[in-house]
Amino acid sequence: MPKVASKIGSIGQQHTITVLVENRPGVLARVAGLFARRGYNVDSLAVSITDDPTISRMTVVASGDEQTLDQISKQLTKLIDVIRVADYTDAPMMERELALIKVDADTTKRGEVMQLVDIFRAKIIDISETTFTIEVTGDVEKINAIERMLEPYGIREMVRTGRIALIRGARTAIQT
Amino acid sequence: MRGEGFFVFLARITESPDRADLLKSVNKMAKSKSGIQKYQAPPRGKPEPVRDGATVSGARALMESLKAQGTEVVFGVPGGVMIPAYDVLYDEGGLSHILVGHEQGGAHMADGFARVTGKVGVCFATSGPGATNLVTGIANAMMDSIPMVAVTGQVRTTAIGKDAFQEADITGITMPITKHNYLVTESSQIPRVIAEAFYIARTGRPGPVLVDVPMDVALNKMQYHTVPDVKMRSYNPQTAVNLDGVEEAARLIAEATRGVIYVGGGAINSGAWKEVRELARRTNFPVTTTLLAKGAFDETDPLSLGMLGMHGTAYANYAVRDCDLLINIGARFDDRVTGKIDAWAVGAKSIHIDIDPAEIGKVYIPDVALVGDCREALEALLSCVNERPRTEWNDQIDQWKQDFPLWYAADQDEVILPQMVCDELWKATKGEAIMATGVGQHQMWAAQFYKCRHPRTFVTSGGLGTMGFGLPSAIGAAVGAPDRTVWCIDGDGSFMMTNQELAPARQHKIPVKVAILNNQCLGMVRQWQTMFWDHRLSAIDLSHQPDFVKLAEAYGAVGLRAEKPSEVRGVIEKAMEVNDRPVIVDFRVARHENCLPMIPAGQTVEQMILDRPRKSIG
Ligand SMILES: Cc1ncc(C[n+]2csc(CCOP(=O)(O)OP(=O)(O)O)c2C)c(N)n1
Repeated sequence: MPKVASKIGSIGQQHTITVLVENRPGVLARVAGLFARRGYNVDSLAVSITDDPTISRMTVVASGDEQTLDQISKQLTKLIDVIRVADYTDAPMMERELALIKVDADTTKRGEVMQLVDIFRAKIIDISETTFTIEVTGDVEKINAIERMLEPYGIREMVRTGRIALIRGARTAIQT
Repeated sequence: MRGEGFFVFLARITESPDRADLLKSVNKMAKSKSGIQKYQAPPRGKPEPVRDGATVSGARALMESLKAQGTEVVFGVPGGVMIPAYDVLYDEGGLSHILVGHEQGGAHMADGFARVTGKVGVCFATSGPGATNLVTGIANAMMDSIPMVAVTGQVRTTAIGKDAFQEADITGITMPITKHNYLVTESSQIPRVIAEAFYIARTGRPGPVLVDVPMDVALNKMQYHTVPDVKMRSYNPQTAVNLDGVEEAARLIAEATRGVIYVGGGAINSGAWKEVRELARRTNFPVTTTLLAKGAFDETDPLSLGMLGMHGTAYANYAVRDCDLLINIGARFDDRVTGKIDAWAVGAKSIHIDIDPAEIGKVYIPDVALVGDCREALEALLSCVNERPRTEWNDQIDQWKQDFPLWYAADQDEVILPQMVCDELWKATKGEAIMATGVGQHQMWAAQFYKCRHPRTFVTSGGLGTMGFGLPSAIGAAVGAPDRTVWCIDGDGSFMMTNQELAPARQHKIPVKVAILNNQCLGMVRQWQTMFWDHRLSAIDLSHQPDFVKLAEAYGAVGLRAEKPSEVRGVIEKAMEVNDRPVIVDFRVARHENCLPMIPAGQTVEQMILDRPRKSIG
């Protein structure tokens, strides 16, 4: 086993980390600041309220080797407003992301784009003379795939929520 | 603009609901013969104690909460939005306040106070510039894990975010340099927030906590309730040691032939010195301490290796190089200790004891980790560690000590060597004083030659390396330990950064003694430029500094000077006789002395720069 901890920014697997925090002003800044100042890579970050109004939930997707991820979890736990940190990477989990994609769809392209939307079980939620706005939900691969398929038609704008995740079965983040 | 203040004052009068009161006081001022500045309302006398459930202002609740936490002294500077708090202080018994020259000084005093007492140090500052002046002091306490609570004033909640006069987002600014911070938005939160702040500051791995109190929160009335105990679902400082590692650690100790005990500041924070001593006694493993842990193990003990690292003793660094077991007690593998980490203690198994789980594996991955309070962990460990006899390893260590002692040319009679001053201070105080330091060469010489015998007696800025820490931290230490002799070994550059704190020291008759190792330059920078930058001495000259003896006298302190080695002992004795005011001793020392041994930054013990001793100091 190497004796020396890995360098910051070392690449490795992507991890999905659930962070339950006190729902207080500034808590997002504390978490985001931690990642910035310790040089951890964040691939996505989603924040929301939960069933308990005093608790917010963050889903952080971060990459790095085992030691870096271990440090991320420990440093997050050290923040006073953090209640629980759970790394879901090796747990059976469900991950989803939602994307809205505004794509060129004039009369010549509409049919093809609609077919693609069907195949991905996505939805067209807005339409103009020249564009469709598509809503798609799924795991990261699915979103990446539809993005790739739509690219040739001309994506004007796109937004993704970032990943959210829950563990399968009856267990919850507090219990992991 | 001249006169502006007066117009603002008039505007306040016409605005104020208590107009009649104010006019009365203005009339009083006008009547007082010797000019309006002279009039000062007398305190109203010690106020009624605040009963549980009583209705009081937020400011009163703040003071009451601080007292409830055992606060006896506060270091600070008032200002507009802090006046409500200071107004309470005006009548208050039981809480002393030291008006400091600069808020950084106040923070360092609180820090020094905390280091020698083990209690939480408290400092005050007003909003905006007062608060930002605290930043260096807070960062310093954070890096060295010192328990501190800083209370800052803030503009009214309705003005926050509007770039109001003297508004600074101090909770945002100090987020990365505090263990935690609070912006209080309701007066009723004050007792709980203060109780939590102290709890967070002193438990687990200690650190500074900042509490930002807006003006209206201080003014508004609230019902005061005591906070009997703090429970926070999101903060449970782990103190129970994971016992599964203990047996494994004991086995490593039993199997080792060349053990070294490497002690850090955590051992001081947890009060583990008896246990450290017992572990050393029982195993006969030599003990080296970091700069911050000086005093956690008696440095006159034959098993002591002194400090390790960049300017540590050669024998401590050799011992770490050759050991087969490294027992880290509350240290954090700082780069000034390890140098090139990949080449550090490569042949050794290691045990790491720390209360902060994030320290385990942050820099160096141990074979066994005991997460928990150092003292409790050592207690558990000691229950399974057997006596071990002295071995060849001890002989080897003793040989290194003989071959590579700390030394300086003691035969000088023209010029004072800085090391000699440190050595003489050690002899004069027998290692029984509290020793504070600035940052630079003098700090390293102090660490090398002032052998600490007791914990909480060496007060120095380790992690942040803050020049200017010396004098204010010594003042804080003297306030915390009024029966001890407090010295500060300072550099001329460091001293210039915070010497304004001589004024409060004089005011309160605090007899700190500052030994300035005056080399007329930024010595440590000069040393690096000399050794690693081709002698290109850029921006290090301090030969135009003030006359420190006159400066001391200007402050009403005692100023002394020594220019020859033969004078050193005499001025130290003279300084020791003063006990009613600060003393500054200007030691004119050699300008071009280098601090050795030295392992250049990022290198290994093989590159250690050693001078062969010309004459051992014995
Ligand atoms: C606030 C601050 N500014 C700059 C430095 C960088 N620095 C480290 S040591 C040093 C020189 C210190 O000079 P002095 O206090 O005279 O002590 P000496 O090294 O001469 O003993 C400097 C400038 C620092 N550590 N802290």
